[in-house]
Amino acid sequence: MGKYILKRFLMMLVTIFIIATLTFFLMHAVPGSPLESDRNTNETVQANLERFYKLDQPLHIQYLSYMQSIVTFDFGPSIKDPNRTVNELLARGFPISFELGMITILVAVVSGIILGTMAALRHNKMIDYAAMAFAVIGISIPNFVLATVLIQQLAVNWNLFPPATWTSPMHMVLPVLALATGPMAIIARLTRSSMLEVLTQDYIKMARAKGIKPMRIVLRHALRNALMPVVTIMGTLLAGILTGTFVIEKIFAIPGMGKYFVDSINNRDYPVIMGTTVFYSAFLIFMLFLVDIVYGILDPRIKLHKKEGDV
Amino acid sequence: MTQVRDEWFRPSGNDTDEKEAVVRPSLSYWKDAWRRLKQNKLAMLGLIFLALLAVMAIFGPIFSPHSVTTQDLPNQNQSPSATHWFGTDEAGRDVFTRTWYGARISLFVGLMAALIDFVIGIVYGGIAGYKGGKIDAVMMRIIEILYGLPYLLVVILLLVVMGPSLWTIILALTITGWVGMARIVRGQVLQVKNYEFVTASKSFGAKTPRIIRKNLIPNSMGPIIVQMTLTVPSAIFAEAFLSFLGLGIQAPFASWGVMANDALPVIITGDWWRLFFPALFISLTMFAFNVLGDGLQDALDPKMRK
Repeated sequence: MGKYILKRFLMMLVTIFIIATLTFFLMHAVPGSPLESDRNTNETVQANLERFYKLDQPLHIQYLSYMQSIVTFDFGPSIKDPNRTVNELLARGFPISFELGMITILVAVVSGIILGTMAALRHNKMIDYAAMAFAVIGISIPNFVLATVLIQQLAVNWNLFPPATWTSPMHMVLPVLALATGPMAIIARLTRSSMLEVLTQDYIKMARAKGIKPMRIVLRHALRNALMPVVTIMGTLLAGILTGTFVIEKIFAIPGMGKYFVDSINNRDYPVIMGTTVFYSAFLIFMLFLVDIVYGILDPRIKLHKKEGDV
Repeated sequence: MTQVRDEWFRPSGNDTDEKEAVVRPSLSYWKDAWRRLKQNKLAMLGLIFLALLAVMAIFGPIFSPHSVTTQDLPNQNQSPSATHWFGTDEAGRDVFTRTWYGARISLFVGLMAALIDFVIGIVYGGIAGYKGGKIDAVMMRIIEILYGLPYLLVVILLLVVMGPSLWTIILALTITGWVGMARIVRGQVLQVKNYEFVTASKSFGAKTPRIIRKNLIPNSMGPIIVQMTLTVPSAIFAEAFLSFLGLGIQAPFASWGVMANDALPVIITGDWWRLFFPALFISLTMFAFNVLGDGLQDALDPKMRK
């Protein structure tokens, strides 16, 4: 186990290193200097700015100092707003995005599992059809469309929830709903199909024969095994939700990291793009690493060191 | 006393030759899969919708008297009417015509992404699975690392660098997108290459290209086709998502994502049709591909064959 974790940890570092390098060279492949603007700056100012952002150095020196900045976690100042450092933006935006993401995943997992289990227990009955119809619709509607419809109907027409920002629990309802519906639908479908499979197995029949109460069979015996596929796709879902926050934060004007990321793309603010990309990727890759470890702990049948082996 | 009749002593008609004759026409794998797909009403609905959508994407703009790019500022943001069936946008352009042009671009992006993923995935996954050993180990390690990269972040980065256009979007979507397909192909090839008929083929002296062409590819096609039907909607979704970040197809052309994004500012003022039509078609297309993919998954699964 310890050996496997160490190996996965090293793999994680390699992946982060690759994405950091990729980001650096991609950003430097952009034609023109990020300092070019409509204003006619004179040459001294230009030179000073280049020195300030270390753009006058040769590429490999820039690369080394960039790598150093990642290791020491100091991404330097923003180009569009030199009074702010990238670290400040991350410190301000990340807690909000993290909160949005975590509430979303919680809502998606809990309601998805309940929906999927109910559908499986009432197989081919009304609840099953209703839940699966809901799941297919949930997968089909992109989150940004859902977000706009929610704002238009629930916020503007019916005035039930505030349409934007992130200040009170009431403000959280619509963004979380818009972001959670898709993953919830995926989890519900997955839970249903694996639950249906588990329910036909011998040990469930055995438990029934022993006279254990149906509720207890579902919770203690079936659900535990049925949830393994859900754990497997958690990494992908997390990635989806995290990138989904870009759009949701833009639509709901939530001052999270996604908003800074999108702004930095529109402004071509390279230090911010690099900083947020590396930070986002590192966070995501770390979450994938955690999901892998949790999976290994939950299911002892999986031989951890042979995970990527033959099918 | 009963009379003994002649007909009692005729052959009973219990002809063994007749009994053993093949009554039903033999079904090939594909015919059988098609038969099973036809029984799945939802999947057929999806297929019919996609066929209609393709027809409309090709011929739809011809039915409309309005052009995609002609601006008509006096008639901006008009609600659906007899002249403009889906209304007009902020430049007075006809939303009906633009919806079918959007379908062209969205479907093209989705299909191209699926096709490129398919080609790279087949070659990469096929080599890894077929060769095995050290080559496989190295190739899978590369895939593992690529798989760990956050897909949409890489796409966004590439588009920031290359600038958004139809082909750069397709390139960005496929540059790490093929990894999923390669994994599936490899898994399939590993499984199929150990079947007896492959060994039989080899013992008859079949060479590698023939084995790949005649044995491996046809027998591992099922999951690969399913993966392709699921790649198309996810590429369409990714393109729409990128449009939202300002990295979509550039004006005056429009994909559904761009149209939906442009409609955001006016949705609050009640101009619902601007968002409704592109959003409806994105959702219906995703729905159609998803149910078709589900249907194909069941239809192409050899275990389900009767």
